[in-house]
Amino acid sequence: MRILLVEDDPTVRSFVVKGLKESGHVVDEADNGKDGLFLAVSEAYDVVILDRMLPGGIDGLRILETLRGQNNATPVLLLSALSDVDERVTGLKAGGDDYVTKPFAFSELLARVEALGRRGHADTTTKTSLSVGDLTLDLLSRDVRRAGQKIDLQPREFRLLEFLVRHAGQVVTRTMLLEKVWDYHFDPQTNVIDVHVSRLRQKVDKPFENALIHTVRNAGYILRDPNADA
Amino acid sequence: MIARLLTRLRHLKRWPIRSAGGNFALAYGVVFLLSAGVFLSFTWWSTTNLLDRHVQAGIESDAQDLTRRWVFGGAGTLSDAIEERIEQNVDDDALYLLVDRNGQRFAGNLPGWPVVMTRLDHFYELSIRRYTFSTQAKLKAYALPGGFRLIVGHDVRGRHLLRHVMAETLIWCAIMVSLLALGGAFVIRKLFLRIVHSIARTTAAVASGDLNHRIALNGSETDLVAETVNTMLDRINRLMEGVRQVSNAIAHDLRTPIARARTQLEDAALHAQSDDELRDAIDLAVQDLDRITGIFEALLRIAQIEAGSRRSAFASVDLTALLHDMAELYEASAEEAGLTLHTQISTLPAIIGDRHMVQQALANLLDNAIKFSPSGSQLTLRAERLPNEESTKPTGVTISVSDQGPGMSASDMERAHERFFRAEAARSTPGSGLGLSLVQAIAGLHHGQLTLSHAHPGLTATLTLPLNTAPSSHKTQIVDPV
Repeated sequence: MRILLVEDDPTVRSFVVKGLKESGHVVDEADNGKDGLFLAVSEAYDVVILDRMLPGGIDGLRILETLRGQNNATPVLLLSALSDVDERVTGLKAGGDDYVTKPFAFSELLARVEALGRRGHADTTTKTSLSVGDLTLDLLSRDVRRAGQKIDLQPREFRLLEFLVRHAGQVVTRTMLLEKVWDYHFDPQTNVIDVHVSRLRQKVDKPFENALIHTVRNAGYILRDPNADA
Repeated sequence: MIARLLTRLRHLKRWPIRSAGGNFALAYGVVFLLSAGVFLSFTWWSTTNLLDRHVQAGIESDAQDLTRRWVFGGAGTLSDAIEERIEQNVDDDALYLLVDRNGQRFAGNLPGWPVVMTRLDHFYELSIRRYTFSTQAKLKAYALPGGFRLIVGHDVRGRHLLRHVMAETLIWCAIMVSLLALGGAFVIRKLFLRIVHSIARTTAAVASGDLNHRIALNGSETDLVAETVNTMLDRINRLMEGVRQVSNAIAHDLRTPIARARTQLEDAALHAQSDDELRDAIDLAVQDLDRITGIFEALLRIAQIEAGSRRSAFASVDLTALLHDMAELYEASAEEAGLTLHTQISTLPAIIGDRHMVQQALANLLDNAIKFSPSGSQLTLRAERLPNEESTKPTGVTISVSDQGPGMSASDMERAHERFFRAEAARSTPGSGLGLSLVQAIAGLHHGQLTLSHAHPGLTATLTLPLNTAPSSHKTQIVDPV
């Protein structure tokens, strides 16, 4: 993916750039709002990562508003040290697609950036069924089958699996699951998400030979088609 | 001169006297002078009125009597009666004149018929000459049979004398009243200053850092101000206490994980034998730093919530659905920990609040309950409407989480909501000691409260949220969430 990073802190910038490049992405960087805005409007990116507070008079929100004002729908992830829920809401209202608070784990940022990039490419036609490998989800009847065998899922488990399938091949973090599947924006101290994922695995993976859902250390989970690996 | 002063005054955009005491005094003086003036004018007016009526009544009855004499005895008798009256009139204030049809003076003590007296039945007040001086008189003319005409009158110079005396009294009164007004104004100003000084002294002492000063109450109206200021000072004191306590706690509780992270990194830098060992040490240090970030975030959140700045996100919250969702989320965690989560959630009215905050509060209570429960025990999430289940017009809701863990001693319960407080029994479990502080702050934000009680065995944490988010009384607003 082609990614633009606008961030003034050199340590954070070089760290993120290095990480993104290692994950196989092409990264342009800017250390101030003016250059960032110039790059964002003149080049085509899959994802733009914007720091909210930037030197040079043009801050992240201004860049975002300018982009959206020009009907540029490039997914934008806001990066900020302002963790207040109101700040998050302001950022998302201005047209941001996701919001990550500093300090952050790189795995969290990468997972969210990849999820956003994928969304940018996703075809807009509404599908009625999803499938990965031998797993099929019927979105209308809420019917889940693996290798032709019906799997009974609770409504929440279905939504969890649907989210994993929609992001198949990508790492999804626990916070992403909490936000997107449960719509919660708090920080649980216990392992609530792990427990729900492990329950899902009991039903989706345990009775079968190959596992679809995998734990990614220090990051989260990934649902992968075992045959597509090779 | 006066006109110039007036225009000058009119050009002043603002009232020239800046001192509140001076203004009070001036207002007092003006009111005092005005009331004294009104009072004296009224006295003057009613006295002269009374005298006038008295004189007129005297003239009328005198004239009636004289007319009767005429009927009995004609001009001669009347003239005798007039002469007799003049003689007997010691004060020499009775005036009479009897003239015949030709206008010739027949009897009386008036020198001649005044030219202006052309009408009957009308009291004239004229200046007349008597002997050698001129005087003021009230006169009335009467027509008698045979072309005779009679004037009966009264010398009213006594009234002038009275007016003089009254005027003098008025001037003296004005002087006295002015002096009294000035004195009173001075006293009022002094009183005013004393009240202000007592408040100013206290606030100045507080401003210079001594928070223990309070304004003395003296039972007067200024107690209202004094009490409010005292309440405010109490709150400032508590907040300061909170800040002190928190900064101590931060210094202590953040130092530990920072020290640990530092030690791990330094140890790895000095002694790590392999890349893997180095990586593990760094991972551990990152985890410690994440914990520190978490603590900071929690502290910031509590501070924000307590400042009341988070009420912008208030909206109607469907508590029933929210509780069922939370129960579903935590039921799995409970099961994994070998616990059973029971729910008793009745249909609850919607409250006005911050959905995310209520979720956070519940998550903290459930996290705690799961953390402190021994395997195989029961958890209960209960929610009821207030004041009782049957009420059709509920005033609020209670949400409680009960566990069968070790519980808390009464003294621990009292301190449980303090930031960083951790009961002895909890020292060995992970946690920052901020969970209940956050719940408490969220309860405060919704004008509700958090109460802890014994569950025999275990602990029940009850969150009470009123439906009406406005503070139920002045008191609850002051109650300090720290």
